[in-house]
Amino acid sequence: MLDSALPLISVKNLEKTYDGGFQALKDVSLDIKRGEILALLGPNGAGKTTLISAICGIVTPTGGTVTVAGHDIIKDYRKTRSMIGLVPQELTTDAFETVFATVSFSRGLFGKKRDDAFVEKTLKSLSLWDKKDNKIIQLSGGMKRRVLIAKALSHEPDILFLDEPTAGVDVELRKDMWQVVRELRESGVTIILTTHYIEEAEEIADRVGVIAHGEIILVEDKAELMAKLGKKMLMLDLHEPLKALPDALNRDGLELSETGEQIIYTYNTQGERTGITSLLQDLSDAGIRFRDLNTKQSSLEEIFVTLVHEDSAQSKLNDETKAKDPAEAT
Amino acid sequence: MNLTAVRAIYAFEMNRMWRTLFQSLISPILSTSLYFVVFGSAIGSRIPEIEGVSYGSFIVPGLIMLSLLTQSLSNAAFGIYFPKFTGTIYELLSAPISSFEIVLGYVGAAATKSLILGAIILATASLFVELQIAHPFIMLLFLVLTALTFSLLGFIIGIWADSFEKLQIVPLLVITPLVFLGGSFYSVNMLPPIWQTVTFFNPVLYLVSGFRWSFYEVADVDVSISLAVITLFLVSCISIVWWIFKTGYQVKQ
Ligand SMILES: Nc1ncnc2c1ncn2[C@@H]1O[C@H](COP(=O)(O)OP(=O)(O)O)[C@@H](O)[C@H]1O
Ligand SMILES: [Mg+2]
Repeated sequence: MLDSALPLISVKNLEKTYDGGFQALKDVSLDIKRGEILALLGPNGAGKTTLISAICGIVTPTGGTVTVAGHDIIKDYRKTRSMIGLVPQELTTDAFETVFATVSFSRGLFGKKRDDAFVEKTLKSLSLWDKKDNKIIQLSGGMKRRVLIAKALSHEPDILFLDEPTAGVDVELRKDMWQVVRELRESGVTIILTTHYIEEAEEIADRVGVIAHGEIILVEDKAELMAKLGKKMLMLDLHEPLKALPDALNRDGLELSETGEQIIYTYNTQGERTGITSLLQDLSDAGIRFRDLNTKQSSLEEIFVTLVHEDSAQSKLNDETKAKDPAEAT
Repeated sequence: MNLTAVRAIYAFEMNRMWRTLFQSLISPILSTSLYFVVFGSAIGSRIPEIEGVSYGSFIVPGLIMLSLLTQSLSNAAFGIYFPKFTGTIYELLSAPISSFEIVLGYVGAAATKSLILGAIILATASLFVELQIAHPFIMLLFLVLTALTFSLLGFIIGIWADSFEKLQIVPLLVITPLVFLGGSFYSVNMLPPIWQTVTFFNPVLYLVSGFRWSFYEVADVDVSISLAVITLFLVSCISIVWWIFKTGYQVKQ
């Protein structure tokens, strides 16, 4: 069970059709590794919350299975749920309870013995200690979010789900939160967060799962994903502006900026040859000198837009290849 | 069995009562005291004894039942409706607890509250009228069964309700009439025959009658029938709650 090679959470062919007949999850399969930070990235309505809710027991799946550390989430719900802490997307809190009481309550609800020292530690790590006797209704939105995190951590879970943790959260809290998330990861907690902000996934995740229209489009190591699908741009600032590119330079991915002061070369880092060497050679042969150069990697955002775009275009044509490796379609 | 969780829910709910002590306890006590002053002393003194019991004393069991029913119902209904309304129910649903444990926590707390309330009203009543309790054990049994049954019913209403209106409509339109027509303030044989027949379809009558019997040994129906009715009622409520959790009705998508 503690074999670290086995996925900690294994989602297999998960389906969810809501009562109204809307299918929010379509044959979702996903393995989550022990100790990683996985970002589930997808636009609004993609099915992120539904997926999390199914794993946590809030929504009953209509098909497929989920196991956590080898335990089925339905048959062995006590085992799986006591391993999981959930921070929901909405700021749903009690109003008239104090911060300390509500966090202690959560701990008890998850079957853990009362431990004021642990609650204190948790509140302190989230800068909530001086608010411990405040009623929740008196707190700001950001503070309420912290309370929800404290509640989710109150029973010392192995797995933490954060559903859009930074929605409506100020910069400072965001920084604090990532700090907490990193510390948790260091202490061995597996973290799954959902977001529709690419930067967030880029900043914090080890792996990224992209979900759209209830389907997982891909799951990839962030670095690999970036490298694989990341287009890089080489920008050369010219000494003298050009009116047009000389024919000798003509090749795919090369353009002249509107002002004629910059040459932009877009290449794929995944390719065996980037073509940079020959480009530079040809530039020098043509007598074009440049003052400066820099490169820019495309963000997850750009990758994501490409992917989702491709997905909807491709899905009618071919279901198989895309699910396995969307890069093949590129 | 996750007893820690049951205790957590129970303590949480009891805490809510202490915080809202005024609504929870003071106002029912106040209104019952007013009943005693009006019906027990002012009007009651002009009403002849009923089956050898003074009117003031006669209405005490009925009044306790009235508070017990309405309070059990509203406490439990509100207790489970509120997490649904605010969304905090996500935590209950994601916790490693069974439906049975959730019910135990919520219904246990609601029933406890109304029992405390019943005891306080009984104590208050003894200040106004002379009381005698012929069968304390049976009295307690009725109190506990009623508090449990109606807390369960309240729980069901709280789950069924998807608005505050619905939450209030059942107690208002169904329970209150049943309680007032359930023989709290009169003996059934004081009614015209046709209404006597109608009254026997009112389950509350059996509760009030049995409960009053435990005080004064006077009853409209035999006490064993009363006990059977309340037990039947309890079993039905348990079955409905079981069905609710089995199907996820109004709780889980
Ligand atoms: N309780 C529900 N009943 C019916 N449809 C729902 C329900 N909850 C969510 N949906 C639908 O399922 C889809 C996925 O929703 P959700 O999982 O909340 O997406 P996300 O979290 O990615 O924004 C949406 O189209 C949403 O409208
Ligand atoms: Mg969502």
